[in-house]
Amino acid sequence: MVEQVTQPQLRAAGWLRWMWRQLTSMRTALFLLLLLAVAALPGSIWPQRSIDAARTADYIASHPTAGPWLDRLGFFEVYASPWFAAIYLLLFISLVGCVLPRSRMHWRAMRATPPRAPARLERLSAHRVAEVAVEPGAVLEAAREVLARKRFRTHAHDLDSLSAEKGFLKETGNLVFHVALIFVIVGVAIGHLFGWKGDVIVPVGQTFANTLLRYDTFAPGPWVDPQTLAPFTLRVDRLDATFEENVTGRGQFGQPRDFTAHVTTTATPGAASQRSTIKVNHPLEMQGAGVFLLGNGYAPVVTVRDARGNEVYSGPTPFLARDNNYTSVGAIKVPGAAGKQLGFSGLFLPTALVDREQGPISVFPDAKKPALALTLFEGQLFPGGRPQSVYVLDTAEMTQVKNDKGEPLRLWLEPGKTITLPGDRGSITFDGVDRFAGLSIRHDPGKLVTLAAALLALAGLVASLVVRRRRVFLRVSPAGPAGRTVVTVAGMAKGDDEGLDRVVQDVLTAVQDRMPRPPETDPDPAPSRLGAGSRWSDRG
Amino acid sequence: MTNETLAEYANLSLYSAMAVFTLAMLCHAAYLAGLLPARDRTAPDRELVAAGASTSTTRAASGERGAGATDDDVPLRARKAAGVASTTTWLGGLLLLACVVLRGLSVHRWPLGNMFEFAVMGSMFTVLAYSLWSTRRDLRWLGLFVTAPVLLVLGMALRVWYTEAAQVMPSLQSYWLVIHVTVAVLATAVFTIGAAATGIYLVKDAVQRAGRTSVLDRFPETGAIERTAYGLHIVAFPLWTFTLIAGAIWARQAWASYWNWDPKEVWTFVIWVVYAAYLHSRATSGISRQTASYIALAGYACVIVNFAVVNVFFVGQHSYSGL
Ligand code: HEM
Repeated sequence: MVEQVTQPQLRAAGWLRWMWRQLTSMRTALFLLLLLAVAALPGSIWPQRSIDAARTADYIASHPTAGPWLDRLGFFEVYASPWFAAIYLLLFISLVGCVLPRSRMHWRAMRATPPRAPARLERLSAHRVAEVAVEPGAVLEAAREVLARKRFRTHAHDLDSLSAEKGFLKETGNLVFHVALIFVIVGVAIGHLFGWKGDVIVPVGQTFANTLLRYDTFAPGPWVDPQTLAPFTLRVDRLDATFEENVTGRGQFGQPRDFTAHVTTTATPGAASQRSTIKVNHPLEMQGAGVFLLGNGYAPVVTVRDARGNEVYSGPTPFLARDNNYTSVGAIKVPGAAGKQLGFSGLFLPTALVDREQGPISVFPDAKKPALALTLFEGQLFPGGRPQSVYVLDTAEMTQVKNDKGEPLRLWLEPGKTITLPGDRGSITFDGVDRFAGLSIRHDPGKLVTLAAALLALAGLVASLVVRRRRVFLRVSPAGPAGRTVVTVAGMAKGDDEGLDRVVQDVLTAVQDRMPRPPETDPDPAPSRLGAGSRWSDRG
Repeated sequence: MTNETLAEYANLSLYSAMAVFTLAMLCHAAYLAGLLPARDRTAPDRELVAAGASTSTTRAASGERGAGATDDDVPLRARKAAGVASTTTWLGGLLLLACVVLRGLSVHRWPLGNMFEFAVMGSMFTVLAYSLWSTRRDLRWLGLFVTAPVLLVLGMALRVWYTEAAQVMPSLQSYWLVIHVTVAVLATAVFTIGAAATGIYLVKDAVQRAGRTSVLDRFPETGAIERTAYGLHIVAFPLWTFTLIAGAIWARQAWASYWNWDPKEVWTFVIWVVYAAYLHSRATSGISRQTASYIALAGYACVIVNFAVVNVFFVGQHSYSGL
């Protein structure tokens, strides 16, 4: 009865042990590594939702059959997909299962004495033989000193041999490397769980307060309380942008050259203010968050008046650049007007040109000859109160305003110009051009863990690749004439080691250098058992 | 801002370097051709066994001596060709160095702002690394397989990737450019030589197994070539690891997050993982050196894709469009 119960359990345990051994084998690790490389690739080929949601949506829309399937399989969110996670989790389980027993073994190896010297050292491929004019005991004593100075750990198992070993740092480095990789992931996980990021567009002259409501987009980690953000404020005083004007070669003219946002910040509302700058590559570090200048663009300043001349809308309105020359799209939404609401939609062009084929475009990114090209709609701006983009007019419940000839009304505005809108709708004035700063604000409490672990991994890797694990053995035996000794030195290495032969030679030479020199008068140096070309035969 | 004259001199150095490399390549080829008569010899005495056998066994196996046997049985013409090849390779490398320096002076910045400049500096590192290493061991057998790809890359640089000397965009104005991209280019150069050696190893191994004789018999023995390739890879791999880390640090400065899975980052990561797999496979018992070598070549294929395809065709932050 008892047997019947325990046997299947034993078998299950055996299976588990077998599976664990499979998972933690080097072969599995290798397979998982290659699989990880392959699995990472789709994310560079297909657009990723977390990086560019709009492009992803476009892609799915233009591939009606493949798109939804790829979506279901996670191809638009590769690095958060279950199969990608499965691979790296298995890899790291394998890593832990591999590193723990290896650490234990390494710990023991480091404290163990070097093994007994093989009986016949000539069998080892790297070896040297020489004869010296001292007693065997003195040779061993000298050899011990030489090896200790070369940082070998030595041990004599008997009276005519010496064993030495060094290079434990290789395995230590290897273990440090693998353990550090685990901590890289730990740091990434901390950043994911406790970090947050938000983007906000701040026109020049306006102040941003770091609260959830002020963000255009905000992505908190699962364990973040968005109500507890550090309450700093930041005003954009000025934004400088320069573009390439001198070099006209392909791919250079009009390229951005410098963006600098001049800002005034306070750590808490009402605290002393401080002036600083934010540039690309030079973020501003506020308490608990970095502020990055990741975008910029134009916010044309527009005033809309009703038929009686009352101001119903005035201020900078950010337009979103859609090409490198900042041809920008946007919408001016004027809900305040009595009766029907007005919506202007169209383009802002920093250096305007009306192209025969493309229509109005910008030909240079700087505001050299700015213009607004707008169309006008009226009706319900926010149907159903649905959330909508600030750059796009929702025209579902609006009608387009036409001119006398029944064509859509087109407005072309240059700075300082006012156009009276037809049908007693008032007027619109283009007052001037401001810039806006696109700021990304980010908090990542795990980044230092990741950085430290990554540097540690690098250090461990270098140690494991540079250091050689070597054993050197010495055997002495009395030579023919009394007081002389035949020394055999041999080396053994873990893995390929092209330098081993030289080490063996060096050890022998150093031992010989410690031997008393034969008197100068000695006419007949001792015969050498070394082959031609060895250093020893020169020394006699 | 840009000094046109210096930029022109930089291009002039580049043209001269290409002319010189053409000569170097031909001479390296002539050297290999000069080894050909080896076919007639019955048994090329590859394993140099010296008189004092007990002392020289490791030396012979280590392959430090390079091409097959001693120089004595290499025809004089071939040796002369190799000499010219070595000098011209040095000269071409120095001309590339001049090109890089002049280009940097002409734009007042580190000359690594576009694909053209990556290609030129990468070629420079490849050639100089090869030439420097040649002073320590006989690498004449490898020369053709270094100069030919370099010439190809320089040709591509001029025809396909040429960009006029100019300032760089704000996201590239950082000392991290100097650190991260220079090390990346250096690592790529060492991976390139490593891939050349790996390719030669695989071909020689296949030819030998097929029982055919060829000029490859006069190359170092397969084991030595394979160890040479491994030695190159373990230099390049930590450099690439550093590139990855430095890139992440820079990404946090420039783009707010140290890792964004941008296509360029994905490929840098993939390259790192594939080469890690190569090092792993080499230490895994039961995986042959041939299989490991194929993994190394797969890694190099990723390096090429990362440069030639990802830079041009993939949409990401590294393409710096629409900032
Ligand atoms: C996160 C995934 C891993 C990566 C990126 C990685 C990477 C590396 C690299 C680059 C090396 C070469 C360094 C050297 O030769 O000393 C190496 C060596 C090694 N790895 Fe891993 N490894 C990973 C996971 C594993 C796992 C799961 C195991 C255990 C099954 C393992 C066992 C080993 C061993 C034993 C060596 C030493 C090889 C030698 O003695 O030369 N690794 N690893």
